[in-house]
This record gives sequence, structure tokens and C-alpha cells, in this order.
Amino acid sequence: MRKTTRWLLAVAIGLSVVLLGMPQIAQAQGEVPEPTPSDNEVNAIAKEMFCPVCENIPLDVCGTQACEQWREQIREKLAEGWTEEEIRDYFVQLYGDRVLSEPPRRGLNWLIYILPPLAFLAGAYVLYTGFRSWRRPLEQTPDAAPIHGAAEEQDEYVSRLEEALKKRK
Amino acid sequence: MVDTLVNFGFGAMVLTFLAALYGIGASLYGHVQKDDRWQESARNAMLLTFPLLTISVVMIVTLLLQNHFDVAYVAQVTSRSMPAYLKVTALWGGQPGSLLFWSWLMALFASMVALRNWSRDREFLPWVTIVILTTLGFFLLLGIFFENPFFRLWLAPSGEVVEALFRPAGATLFTPQDGQGLNPLLRHPGMIIHPPMQYLGFVSFVVPYAFAIAALITGRTDARWIRITRSWTLWAWLFLSLGLVLGMRWAYDVLGWGGYWGWDPVENAALMPWLTATPFLHSVMIQEKRGQLKRWNMLLVILTYDLMIFGTFLVRSGVLSSVHSFAQSAIGPFFFGFIVLTFGVSIYLLTRRWDELHTETQMTSWFSREATFLLNNLFFIAILVIVFIGVVFPIVTEATGFIGEAFPSLSNVFNGQKVTVGAEWYERNTGPFWAALLFLMGVCPLTAWRISTMKTLGRNLWKPTALSVLVPVVLVINGMDNWLAVFAFWLTALVIAVTAYEFYKGAAARSRRTGKNFLIELVLLVGRNRRRYGGYMIHFGVVLMALGVIGIEMFQTETQATIGLGEQIVLDDYSITYDSLAEFDTNDNRNVARAVVSVYQDGDKVGELYPRRDFFYESRQPMTIPGLHSTLQEDFYVLLVDWQPISTQRATFKLYHNPLVNWLWIGSYVLIFGTMVAAWPEKETEAVKAVAREARAAASR
Repeated sequence: MRKTTRWLLAVAIGLSVVLLGMPQIAQAQGEVPEPTPSDNEVNAIAKEMFCPVCENIPLDVCGTQACEQWREQIREKLAEGWTEEEIRDYFVQLYGDRVLSEPPRRGLNWLIYILPPLAFLAGAYVLYTGFRSWRRPLEQTPDAAPIHGAAEEQDEYVSRLEEALKKRK
Repeated sequence: MVDTLVNFGFGAMVLTFLAALYGIGASLYGHVQKDDRWQESARNAMLLTFPLLTISVVMIVTLLLQNHFDVAYVAQVTSRSMPAYLKVTALWGGQPGSLLFWSWLMALFASMVALRNWSRDREFLPWVTIVILTTLGFFLLLGIFFENPFFRLWLAPSGEVVEALFRPAGATLFTPQDGQGLNPLLRHPGMIIHPPMQYLGFVSFVVPYAFAIAALITGRTDARWIRITRSWTLWAWLFLSLGLVLGMRWAYDVLGWGGYWGWDPVENAALMPWLTATPFLHSVMIQEKRGQLKRWNMLLVILTYDLMIFGTFLVRSGVLSSVHSFAQSAIGPFFFGFIVLTFGVSIYLLTRRWDELHTETQMTSWFSREATFLLNNLFFIAILVIVFIGVVFPIVTEATGFIGEAFPSLSNVFNGQKVTVGAEWYERNTGPFWAALLFLMGVCPLTAWRISTMKTLGRNLWKPTALSVLVPVVLVINGMDNWLAVFAFWLTALVIAVTAYEFYKGAAARSRRTGKNFLIELVLLVGRNRRRYGGYMIHFGVVLMALGVIGIEMFQTETQATIGLGEQIVLDDYSITYDSLAEFDTNDNRNVARAVVSVYQDGDKVGELYPRRDFFYESRQPMTIPGLHSTLQEDFYVLLVDWQPISTQRATFKLYHNPLVNWLWIGSYVLIFGTMVAAWPEKETEAVKAVAREARAAASR
């Protein structure tokens, strides 16, 4: 009898523990704390990176499994306290410069930072000198009567056309 | 049955190729012999290309529709479960079909050019024929010998499946049970119309190029070639623009990254010809009116043509994925050779006429219309150079690796590493130029040809400028503190004010003169000066598009989080709750995971969205389709990133808030309308003829 009581007691305690515990478990399931670091923190780094396989799709928005794993790796490293730069360097060491959204500023890569402004300056210079050489002092231009604005059409072609139209009527 | 379709289709392709070769030969012979009959015969050959290639296209489409999977291309791009309309669009879903489709559209334009009235420009005919048929012949060459859509699948005795037109020794025809199906990313309405538009834009630009080359060869260097091709150019530009906009819309709807333009090399390949075609449209006006910039216009049309071939080359040769896949691709080196050849010959012809293409008149003022056009050209070309560098640079770093290998001391510089040039680099470098172009759009319409001084320009400009300043003032009062954005909004306001002022001034002047209703005069004004006011409408469309771009580039916000059922994610004044998720298979071989989320704005429910992830079994490819809550003010864009399988208790969503983005699409409609106003064939052909007759009579007097 005592044995049975003790057994029943054990079951009752066990059950109550389970029953009491269940809502907590359920609650825990509903409120799993946001993974630290958050998705947004991971994406902020992934945004500036590309995996070598998915061409031209930034890592933060790529849907493939490989990219998902990379993002998880970033999350783990962030949790371990790595800085953004350390994480980037880690991927560069493994997969090369192409994982970065912009070439690192060294060696041949400098070209891509220097060429655009240089090309523009060269173009502007050509235009400027060209324009100066085309330009003539105003008084030497016989047909230099200023023609204003727009409403009264200065398009000779159209005005000739309209004249022709009038004549035909 | 299949044999007949294949034989007819392939045979017609070969015949077209032969017709092109014959046309080139007959034109040359006719030119040398000074015999018009040969040139007439060449013209007929050109006329024949379109009907002939139509046979090929009908044949391949029939094969696609009837699931003849023993044809390699059909097995590659279709599957039994695909609806019929997608099977038709599969014509441009893969490399060989694309090349045939491209050639077919080119042939359409070739035949149209053959049909035009040549009596006034007889001397252009042989050269135009040669240029067009050479281009067509080149694409047919690739299509016939390398990327043939009519190749069949054969099972060789070794057990290997090979692609060939004719039966290899001992082989039997191999018919797969089902095809691989069209790339799922291409199964979108935008992608169905986008390639035809892009190709139409490309091939129709061959026509102005052909006339330009004809002008260079014949030495008829007046603006005649520009007049002839004026509307071709506008239509070509419309198609190019449409191709770009449809591509943007497709990216926005299908690629699932919250944006419309990623500065992807493939996008850039389509953008580059547009970047030379647009300044070309402007600077030809200077040549027509002032006899200036003849060399420059030639250079622009040559660049546009070769950039278009270059774009096709980038997309089709595999050079983008790596230098090695380019070397392995059968057509890559051919393409490269063709670009070098056409560019070299064109530039040679240009230098031969360099002195004849001198400027007839002088530039007189920094504030004249032609000066602002020159600046416009400078900025467009600056953007082109930036984009070109960005696209080509990764290829260069990879390809120059051999230098580092040969000279180890240089291996730090030439390390052969492929690099990525991302969106931010392009935005940072091109941004100022886009802004400068917006500013020019505001100023330029108020400048006068030949002479405009600071004073006359100021007199025209002050009213619309004063009006436009209201916009930044209101924005700042309302608390906007992003000064770059305030400046950008002011630029758009300036363009809108100037453009509206131009319409108002013109119509008001007419209305005062005739005493008729202002609105009637407005319509008449546009009707009488369609090119000019159509152009302003295009400006109007572009500035609306700019609003969308400013909105999304400067004010886009995003967040991502994983939530359980009933939980919430907040982004700005929007929020979503996760209601449910269902996973199911569809009968077209997809697995769909579709979430239901409720969208709240300022706490009020504004609707439900269904972001989903489709997984295509055939190609083992996922596709993310956003849920979109769209208003004139903004888009709220929800992506399903991940979910807990089976229980679906939790799911990850990515949210984007894209202000003003819809003006990008609205602006594109205005742009289409404006271009059609400007490019619609003139009704007054009689009047034009009368003017021409008069001019001839005056000349003979």
C-alpha cells in the first residue's frame, strides 16, 4: 500500500511537473529570443559581400543554401565578438578579393578609383578647348542676332513646313 | 513530321544566309560595274530575308509547341507542364533561339529598309544594304554553325548523347521523356516582353548606323543621313528604353532583393548603347540646325552600334562569368573579332572623311542651346565611361593574371584575381552626372540656338526657378534634413516647372494670336511641333522616373526578422503579422511555400500580402516572389526568406519600404507616350514633299 502511494505520488509529481512545465515550454517556443546577433546586423555586413558562386547577387539577399550558410557563419563570428573587418578579411582569405563588393584599394585595383575622374577631367578639357577654338568673337558673326526663348518656334524646318501648308490652303 | 519541320526551318536559315551573302556581293558588283540592276537585285535579296526567316521561326515555334524533345533546343527550354504561351516565349529563352529571334527581327528591319522609297538617296542603297546584310549574316553564321536551334539529340553507340543536325554514324535519335523547362526566372510577363523590346532597340539602331556608314563612304556628309534615319532612331531609342524599364520591373518583381537596378553587368550591357543613343538624339539636332558636330555624331552612332554588339557579346559569350568560359565558348572569339572589325572599319572610314566633316558654323555662346547639348553629351559619355570601366575591370584583372605569373615581381599588381564591382561604386561615380543631367534638362529648353547670354537665359529662367524653389522650402519646413535629397527634389521641381512653363508659354502665345481656347491651342501646339514637344514630354517622363529613383535610393529602409505565428515586425509606419504559411506542390512542377501576412499602416489593417518562395523541381532553382502593397506614395515590399518546415510555426521575413518607387513606372508610360508623339510618322508627307519640291525649284532657278 505504502509502495503504491509512493508510486502514485511520484506519478502525480511527475505529471504536475510536466503539466506545469508545458506552458513554459510552449511559451519558450513562441518567444525564442531573437538570435543574437540579429538578422539586420548580419545583413549589414552581408550587403557588402558577394559569394563566388551566385554572380552579382549580394550576399544579404541571395536565396541559395550556400549563401544562407555564409550568413550563419557571419552570425557565429559576430557572436564570438569578431569585428566587421575581421569577418570580411576572413572571407577574403578563403575566397579571394571577389567576395568584396568593391575591389580593395591596392595594386591594379587603384585604376578603378582613379580612371573615372581622370576620364571626366580629360573629356571636360577636350570640350573646353574645343569650344574655345570654335568660338568666335560676337561682332564677327554676321548672323548673331539673338533669338530668344522658345515659344515662337525658331525651327526653320517646321516654319517652312507651316508656310508650305498655308500656301496649299 | 519532325524531320520536315527541322529541315524546312534549317533550310530557310541557310537560304537567308545565302541571300545575305548574295546581297553583299551583288551590291559590291553593282557598285563597281555602275549597274543599277545588280543593286536592285541586292535590294530584292534584302527584301527576301524576312519572309525566309519567318519560315524558320514558325518551324521552331511549332517544334516548341509540340514538345519535340528530340530537338536539343526544345528539350533545353521547354517541358510538358509549361503553358503554350511560355513555350512560344521559350523562343528567346536560350542561346540558339535568341540568336534566331535576333536575326529574325534584324531581317524585319532589313526588309522594311528595302521597301522604303530610295529615289532620292540612290547612292546610299548599296552601302546600306551591305552594312545591314553583313550584320544579319554575322548573326546567322553564329546561328547556323555554332548555336543552331534545329540541332537534334542523338544517342551515339558509345552511349553518349550528342547534338548534331545530321545522324552521326551508328547513332539513333534520342528523345528525352520531358524537357528541362524554361528558366523559372524567365517566366514573368516582364521577361516575356523585355527581350523582344531590347532586341528591337538593338536591331533598329543598325539602320541609322548603316546610313551613317553609307554617308561616310559616299562622301555625302550633309545632314541627309540624319534626316532619313530620324524616326528610326527615335523608335530604336524607345525600344531600348522600354527594354530597360521592363528589365527593371522584372528585377523588382522577380529577383526579390527590393530594388530595380543592381548594376549587374548584364544590365549594364543593355544600358551602354542607351548612354550613347540618348546624346546622339540630342546632338543630331545641332547638326541639322547648325551644321556642327558632324564628326561627333558619326562617332556616337558608331559607338552605339558597337556597344550593342558588345552588349550581346557580354551576355552571350560567357566572358562575364570568367575569361575561361569565354575561351571555351564557340561564339565568343567570333563576336570579339566582329566588334574589332566593324569598329576598326568604321573608324577608318571616319578618319578618311575627317576633314570634310568640318564644322559649318561657329559656337557663339556658353549659354546657347548647342553649348548645353555639348555638356549633355559630356555627362552621358562620362557615365558611359564609368559603366564601361566597371564592367570591363573584373575581366581585365582576371585576364592580366598571366603577367604576374610571367614576372613574379609584378605578381602583387597582376594577381589574376577576379574582383567584384558592386552597385555602390557605380552609384557614387555616376550620381553627380545624373544630377547634372537633371539640371541641364531644366536649363536647356530655355536656352536659344546660337546666342543666349546669361541675361536672356536668366530672363527666361527666373519664373520657373522661383516656382521650383517652393518645393525645397516646403520640404525643409516639413522637417526633411537630408540635404542631398532636398537638392535632388529641387532639381526635379525645376525640370517640371520649366517643362510646364514651355508648354504654357507656347500655347498662351498661340491663344493670344488666334483668340482660340488655350487647351485647343495646347493640343495644336504639340501637333505642329511634335518632335519638340514630344521631346519635352519625354523629359517630363524622365523626371517622374527620377522621382522614383530618388525615393528608393535615398529613402529605402529595410529590416529582417524571424517571428512566430501572430507576432509582428515593424518597419517605419508599417507593420506585418505572420498569419499562416502553406506548402504545396503545383501541377507545373513547382513546390510553393506561401505565407499570409496582414499589413498594418499606423495601426490600421490595410490588407493581406502573400510573399512566397517557389521551388522549381526541374531546374532545382528557388525563386522569391515578393508581396507588394503599392500606393502612389510608396511600396511596402515583403519577402519570405525562410520558414520552419512542416510546423510552420516560425518564419523569416524581409521588409522593404520603398518611397515613391511607383513614379518610376508611371514616368516610363509618359516617356513612351512622348516618344510616340515625337516619332509617329508625319502625316504631312504631302507638305514635306511640297517643301522639297519648292526647294528643288528654287535651286534650279
